[in-house]
Amino acid sequence: MIAFGQFLEILIGGLLSGVLYSLVALGFVLIFKASGVFNFAQGAMVLLAGLALVRTLDFLVARGLPFWAAVILGVVFAAAVMAIAAFVIERYVLGPLVNQDGLTLFMSTIGITFVLEGASQMIFGADNYPLRLFPTDAWFLFENQFPGGILVSKLDVWGGLIAGVLVTALAIFFQRTKTGRALRAVADDHTAAQSVGIPISWIWFVVWLVAGLVALVAATVWGTKLGVQFSITFLALKALPVLIIGGFTSVPGAIIGGLIIGAGEKLAEVYLGPSIGGGIEYWFGFVLALAVLMVRPQGLFGERIIERI
Amino acid sequence: MLYREAGQFKTTYAQDMAMFPIRQDRIAFILLLALAFLVVPLLAKLQIWPFGGEYLLRAILIPFLILSLAAIGVNILVGYCGQISLGSGAFMAVGAYSAYKFGTGINIPLAWLGTAIVIPPLPVLPSILLGGLMAAFAGVLFGVPSLRIKGLYLAVATLAAQFFFDWVFLRVPWFTNYSSSGSVNAPALNFFGLTMNSPIERYFICLSFVTVFALLAKNLVRGNIGRQWMAIRDMDIAAELMGIRPLYAKLTAFAVSSFIVGVAGALWAFVYLGSWEPLAFSIDRSFQLLFMVIIGGLGSILGAFLGAAFILVLPILLDQVPHALGIPISVETVSLLVFIITGSLICYLLIVEPHGFARLWSTAKEKLRLWPYPY
Amino acid sequence: MRSPEVNDVMLRVERVSLAFGGVKALTDVSFDIRKGEIRAIIGPNGAGKTSMLNVINGFYHPNRGSITFKGKSRPRMRPYEAARGGIARTFQNVALFKGMSALDNIMAGRTLKMRYGLLWQALRVGPARTEEIEHRQRVEEIIDFLEIEAIRKVPVARLPYGLQKRVELGRALAMEPDLLLLDEPMAGMNLEEKEDMSRFIVEVNDYYGTTIALIEHDMAVVMDLSNRVVVLDHGVKIADGTPDEVKTNQAVIDAYLGVAH
Repeated sequence: MIAFGQFLEILIGGLLSGVLYSLVALGFVLIFKASGVFNFAQGAMVLLAGLALVRTLDFLVARGLPFWAAVILGVVFAAAVMAIAAFVIERYVLGPLVNQDGLTLFMSTIGITFVLEGASQMIFGADNYPLRLFPTDAWFLFENQFPGGILVSKLDVWGGLIAGVLVTALAIFFQRTKTGRALRAVADDHTAAQSVGIPISWIWFVVWLVAGLVALVAATVWGTKLGVQFSITFLALKALPVLIIGGFTSVPGAIIGGLIIGAGEKLAEVYLGPSIGGGIEYWFGFVLALAVLMVRPQGLFGERIIERI
Repeated sequence: MLYREAGQFKTTYAQDMAMFPIRQDRIAFILLLALAFLVVPLLAKLQIWPFGGEYLLRAILIPFLILSLAAIGVNILVGYCGQISLGSGAFMAVGAYSAYKFGTGINIPLAWLGTAIVIPPLPVLPSILLGGLMAAFAGVLFGVPSLRIKGLYLAVATLAAQFFFDWVFLRVPWFTNYSSSGSVNAPALNFFGLTMNSPIERYFICLSFVTVFALLAKNLVRGNIGRQWMAIRDMDIAAELMGIRPLYAKLTAFAVSSFIVGVAGALWAFVYLGSWEPLAFSIDRSFQLLFMVIIGGLGSILGAFLGAAFILVLPILLDQVPHALGIPISVETVSLLVFIITGSLICYLLIVEPHGFARLWSTAKEKLRLWPYPY
Repeated sequence: MRSPEVNDVMLRVERVSLAFGGVKALTDVSFDIRKGEIRAIIGPNGAGKTSMLNVINGFYHPNRGSITFKGKSRPRMRPYEAARGGIARTFQNVALFKGMSALDNIMAGRTLKMRYGLLWQALRVGPARTEEIEHRQRVEEIIDFLEIEAIRKVPVARLPYGLQKRVELGRALAMEPDLLLLDEPMAGMNLEEKEDMSRFIVEVNDYYGTTIALIEHDMAVVMDLSNRVVVLDHGVKIADGTPDEVKTNQAVIDAYLGVAH
């Protein structure tokens, strides 16, 4: 029973931390769906949103504002920062690059990544700033069934709940609102969408803004977990295998991909790690994704592409 | 001397197909080689400005040459064959650690066969070349997914290589000969019985490697295989319908690119660093190389040199210039500024001049040919 | 109207069907292409003409039916195998290698004829160098033939559309194909350019003896150039014969005038 209890604990922990990857992956999916841009800068956007939030929060709390008020103002300010970033990116980088091939767009987002990383740390500071928005202790479940119970981190559960709310909100946004529908039209064919009068640069601004807000949500959870610091941008990299497995265009895929990667890498670390040197979490997700790609080049949930000439 | 080609008639295709068809270019190239091989070492030997105190050689010219070589390798894959790579740092590491293993001897016991693979310590030159070969193998291995997947998905596959090899060299003690600190020391730089240790000699080693490999790479990219790479890059479907096998074209690009990158990695470790840790070849290095290629010019051998020069000199300039102007600027600010400037420049160049500095150079040459007339 | 000298079959398409999911692109299409002839494939938009060419050179694999080329039937052929077998191709929307010069584009068409490997090319001495020069000579002949000497070193992306089409033809010719597939070689050209292109096609057929299959919308061109015409509509063959026979065929007239099926 100990072994099974341990397995369950690792599995649950893995699934929940996978959801946290999904939070970052969602931002990628949004932008890719709407504009065909593989946004390497999503991780840098998490950093920017996190820094804007935590620095405002600290500033306001130091000025004697109650914590809840500071949180609200901080979130509003961070959202405004993300709006400015979305505007600048659309106006000065992706706008001029419209109709370029995917590789060029991808490389431009690497450029954006470096600008965001440099600028956000220059403006808000380059230390590790702790953020306390969610409880970080743990529950112990099933203490009767398993000795010591099963440890479940409260923060991870919060992350799961937030991800659920976020996905629902996004689904409503895409299906029910006028902007959301226009956005899907642009995703299908942007020249056609333009010809029926959908203002494409406005739509892209909205997409980047929404991705920025998703980054802000991810920043609240990740910031609480690790503190807001530069290394948070590496999360973006951890989210890439999630995208591969889930497919670049599928919102549910991003969630399921996150679960698979999260559970897979934790289980691999515990059960395979010791025999080959440990620390395999570091690359396991990537190799798993690569294996999936070899079998299904479009990912598990992506659409099959028919090539034309 | 005017830059004119009037009066230089090419009477055979061989002349037209030369590396430098215009006489002035040939002369300029020979002068450049003479400068690099003779004048620089001479000035350094005599300690004449700007070569006093070895700083220029050791901290700028040697890394410049090695990174240019690596950038040539990356450019073959990214610029010529259109296959994105975010794992170049890993292939440098494969080159470095393989060269290290060959240089210090290999002993793999095969207990169940009752024998062992034993390779005695090899001299430095074959070690470096074998390091390149190992990197080429690794490149082909991680290039195989490129046959099934394209563009952005491939970026993730190359990242997988980066993370995997980061881990291997950090966690598998065999590669570091069980060094307790994880850092390893390069063998003595012994070439053909000569120990080459002074900065000038190290500069010579790098310069020779770079010159030879740059010329070989130039030959490849202007020959049949180079046309196949570019065909795959520009329109892979049409290329295949013309009889270009994607398998062959892509895997040779991965192999040649990783070989050159691997040799550069071995040089970086042996000649520039001397002793190193896996961190020397992290993902930051991969990005640095990619940036050199984009800034210098995708699909240009010259561009690799220009890009490497820019990326290396930018932080030094940002550090020195405000200092000289009396504006205090912290080390941290400099590194953040480097991020911002490099990132913006990449976006700017992708929008305005996707062929980077190399294209600006050739445009300038076009203008010069006609100067002082506009047409 | 010219007459074919030889009558043996170079390529036979037998009962080929092709579908993407539920969409039927081709249904039960059979026809043949004889050695040395110019064969036109015509039909209204969406008739499946380009899909037919894609099947012939192995880019699409038919769900049913077979393709027999030079007496050999291959069920699943890769495009580069078709190319090696001697099938060359131009495309409806020019598919040149945009980053390369006109000369390099055409030189790329010689890939299959070049033998020396990586190491030789890297050193570029001896036989590898001779080979490169020999092929350059062959390519220069094609450049002369197509009258594009002046633009040989211009990156193709900078060329006007008509010249791009010509370079693309040159690239296909560089392969010295037995069967040349031309997908709307005259689309978007003015009258003068069309006349030039027609002349090139006829000369290629006459001079090199290359068998040609072409898709074309300009009926005057089709009637002038081709020996035989196959007509597709909604993925089904509705007529096959000499230009005169096809011209008077009721099914063809209906298809073009859009009579309800």
